[in-house]
Amino acid sequence: MNEHDEDSMKKLLRQALPPVNSNAGPERDLWPGVLLRLDARVAAPASPGWAWFDGALLAGLVGLAAIFPTAIPVFLYYL
Amino acid sequence: MRNGASDVLNQFRQGDADAFEALFRQHQRAVYGWILRIVRNPVTAEELTVESFWRIYQARARFDPAQGFEGWARRIATRVALDWLRTRRTEGEVSLEVCAEATAPTAADPAVTAEIRRKTAMAFGRLPPKLRIAATLAIIEEQPQKEVAAALGISVAAVKLRVFRALRLLRKDLEKQGITP
Repeated sequence: MNEHDEDSMKKLLRQALPPVNSNAGPERDLWPGVLLRLDARVAAPASPGWAWFDGALLAGLVGLAAIFPTAIPVFLYYL
Repeated sequence: MRNGASDVLNQFRQGDADAFEALFRQHQRAVYGWILRIVRNPVTAEELTVESFWRIYQARARFDPAQGFEGWARRIATRVALDWLRTRRTEGEVSLEVCAEATAPTAADPAVTAEIRRKTAMAFGRLPPKLRIAATLAIIEEQPQKEVAAALGISVAAVKLRVFRALRLLRKDLEKQGITP
């Protein structure tokens, strides 16, 4: 593609897609939307999907493994 | 005054909500305008402006007040718009307003018919987003290449290359449809 072709392509592109009027600002106040996003982030749990019973189950398994170390291979087998 | 601005930037970096709102009020119009240039849809531009400022707040710890807020915010906004182009604008999916815009009567060369303008807009929509965003900003919106490069986080030479590749691909696509620009 030579320089002439490049210029004609640029011209055609500008005719097909004229520049938008970006001087006008948004039609509504966007700050409440930003606040909503921030609040949603704050309200979300730190580690979603990690409930108290997950912790209890893990603690139980660790306790069981400490009391009956021979059961560890059985647990690993069923994992 | 300068110290005041610097204080706001430092407070924002530390997570101060009031400082963030002050920066939002000061820069939202510019960020919105920049995104609008890329996505060409006011409603989408509003949504992406909100997303950009949310990401700006999330990334505040990496903000360097010495580099200034505007360029940094523009870079994040460009990335948000690019993500949107990648995920929402798959091949052949050109929004109706772009087609309507392309077929609307303009003060353009009368030899270029509405059909050619429409096909050009459609072909442009099929370009890879990285090339499209560079061509949109540099050719359609006639933004200085230095600013486009800064917003995209690439060199001016890379912008020129992307624009050239975009035009070459566009020309090939149009030629396949029997249009010789």
